[in-house]
Amino acid sequence: MKGAEALLRALEREGVEVVFGHPGGAIMPVYDALYDSRIRHILVRHEQGGVHAATAYARASGRVGVVMATSGPGALNLVTGLADALMDSTPLVAITGNVPRALIGTDAFQEADVTGVTMPITKHNYLVQDVNDLPRVVREAFHIAATGRPGPVLIDIPKDVQLAEFTGSFEVVPDLPGYKPTTKGHPKQIERALDALEKAERPVLMVGGGAQHAHGELLAFAERTGLPVITTLMGLGAFPGNHPLWLGMPGMHGTVAANRALHHADVILAVGLRFDDRVTGKVARFAPHAHTIIHVDIDPAEIGKLVRTHVPIVGDSRLVLREMLKGAKPLRLAAWWRELEEWRTRHPLRWRPKPHLQSQEVIRAFHEATGGRAIVTTGVGQHQMFAAQFFPVTRPRSFLTSGGLGTMGVGLPFAIGAKVARPEELVIDFDGDGSFQMTLQELATLVKYRLDVKVVILNNGYLGMVRQWQDLFHARRYSEVYLADSNPDFAKLAEAYGVQGVKVERKEDLMRGVEAVLAASGPVVAEFKVYQEEGVFPMIPAGGAAEDMIIEHPAEREEVGA
Amino acid sequence: MRHIISVLVQDHPRVLNRITGLFARRGFNLESLAVGTTHVPGLSRISLVVSGDDRTLEQVEKQLNRLIEVLKVTDHAEPHVERELCLVKVHVAGVEERLAVKDIQEAFRARVVDVAQRSLILELTGDSGKIDSFLEALRPYGILEVMRTGAVAMSRGERTLKVREKREAV
Ligand SMILES: Cc1ncc(C[n+]2csc(CCOP(=O)(O)OP(=O)(O)O)c2C)c(N)n1
Repeated sequence: MKGAEALLRALEREGVEVVFGHPGGAIMPVYDALYDSRIRHILVRHEQGGVHAATAYARASGRVGVVMATSGPGALNLVTGLADALMDSTPLVAITGNVPRALIGTDAFQEADVTGVTMPITKHNYLVQDVNDLPRVVREAFHIAATGRPGPVLIDIPKDVQLAEFTGSFEVVPDLPGYKPTTKGHPKQIERALDALEKAERPVLMVGGGAQHAHGELLAFAERTGLPVITTLMGLGAFPGNHPLWLGMPGMHGTVAANRALHHADVILAVGLRFDDRVTGKVARFAPHAHTIIHVDIDPAEIGKLVRTHVPIVGDSRLVLREMLKGAKPLRLAAWWRELEEWRTRHPLRWRPKPHLQSQEVIRAFHEATGGRAIVTTGVGQHQMFAAQFFPVTRPRSFLTSGGLGTMGVGLPFAIGAKVARPEELVIDFDGDGSFQMTLQELATLVKYRLDVKVVILNNGYLGMVRQWQDLFHARRYSEVYLADSNPDFAKLAEAYGVQGVKVERKEDLMRGVEAVLAASGPVVAEFKVYQEEGVFPMIPAGGAAEDMIIEHPAEREEVGA
Repeated sequence: MRHIISVLVQDHPRVLNRITGLFARRGFNLESLAVGTTHVPGLSRISLVVSGDDRTLEQVEKQLNRLIEVLKVTDHAEPHVERELCLVKVHVAGVEERLAVKDIQEAFRARVVDVAQRSLILELTGDSGKIDSFLEALRPYGILEVMRTGAVAMSRGERTLKVREKREAV
């Protein structure tokens, strides 16, 4: 058996069913072995599409995503996706070919120092030097990717190692003496946390992406205690977006209720989140009244990294919540809820209607038409924030977006990965005209595998989010953000790929468009031409605090002090 | 504040790269780094001299611990022995200077390890402060070359950085 075949055997032993990738010279032996394997391969048109698809596959399914690429240019095209997966703690294994060992370090054709390049953007990586190491390396890579704080692991395999005769064993002993994630929370700290919550007058439960797999425990804990819940962008869906205890998303474009709740909270229970600056604003002014911050995270390095923590609990959010549930009691929070209710009803998410079609109403219309039952993916920009605001998801693993890195172009490949992982689900990609054009070649992948994905482009003719900042903070000097003069006809473009195209330009055609998209059998690209100068509000300017929240565009200004 | 940290690592290729990369990426200030093997095959020990406030140091330790190949990290706050080795080549023009340098050498208990017509190589071990003073004392005579290893440290008494040698099944 050749190394390439041993690699596939090892992958099969990990239960891998699908691999996304793109071939090339340095990984041809693996592709040759793939020809006889029962592992399904999804051929993408660009390696970036492959790594994003594998990321979404992982996030939608809860399993490890796998992507393959050739050496040099192929592997380097994975860079953005690896960084994205690391920032959003996604379990991923990337397999890359490399030039034969004898050529490493000689600037050979298509050689790049891929392990060197990816060191800061992977949880760990390997350059396999001995063919017999392959099963152990694969076992370790999957273990590292999926346990502790999940993340991407890269395995770089020189071509001659793929071709070498494998004489080793698949019964492997991993060699990871330095890797022992703590999963069970410390009982003393859990006790302290419960104690603090019991004494709290204005407690808040704040949830991030690290609690997506703990949704059951989370729901039970919130319902038992009656705590108000807020979910970060990555945490959306971990707690049902239609639940009366839910206050929305905090941060730069969060709800008034969520941000005020944090601002006035005396005790914050933060679970599976990392206090991103898009959430905290200026850290020194974050949650000024919180005398107790309880932070539950599986990664000890996250605790106290940015925000002072009073009760640190290192552990798996699911196990910790399960323990906490044992001692949880209903809390007396009537007075607090009266305040929260007031903020929530006084400042719901809304928009000022204009004669033009608007992104918010398009997203709302899809939400209503689907009853919220869909997996939503997004690009990055205003449409992403509108989707987070106006398409509240009720189930975990159902809102897939690039949170930490903010990677434009993930929308379509994320939708592909989600559809492959959960084919029975309706998958909608809310995309921007800018974001979509970063990876649109993956329409070919949709067609090749007949993936029924609905792409909804909210075409505002601008790099909208940048335009909004220029509008607010750069005296409306719209430097290099205009796209409308050169955008393609998206419906025609889709048709050129053999995908059904839909175009909606007027407000009165909205419902007809939504129905056309949802009624179509097979993939659709729908372009909704929306108001060009829309802004996302509420907004806390970068580096600001909850008190600096702007509720509407300054021209129609209403500011809301916390 | 200056801290000296010992790190026990699996001596895989690039493990040093991972450590220095971590310092560069996170903006931690690394003053010196000394590496060598241990008595356990496959394990190396690294001494790092780092400066920063308590919060930074806490992050340095936690981030080091996140590296898969790192087995143990100790910040030597407790009583410990700290040593650095220094080689210095000093210019000696004449007899008078040679005698003066010899006085300094004796005062610091340094050793002469090479003698040439116009220069000497001296060797000194000690904590970093002692080496600083030694070099200051020699400076007027014309230092031609200095090579310092960076500090290494070990806790006094029973405390060790030992790990179980058993491999764990995953
Ligand atoms: C790869 C990448 N490049 C640049 C940016 C910076 N950026 C953030 S939002 C944005 C505009 C996005 O425009 P579009 O996709 O059309 O969405 P809109 O904001 O108009 O809804 C840009 C350029 C980014 N996030 N990612």
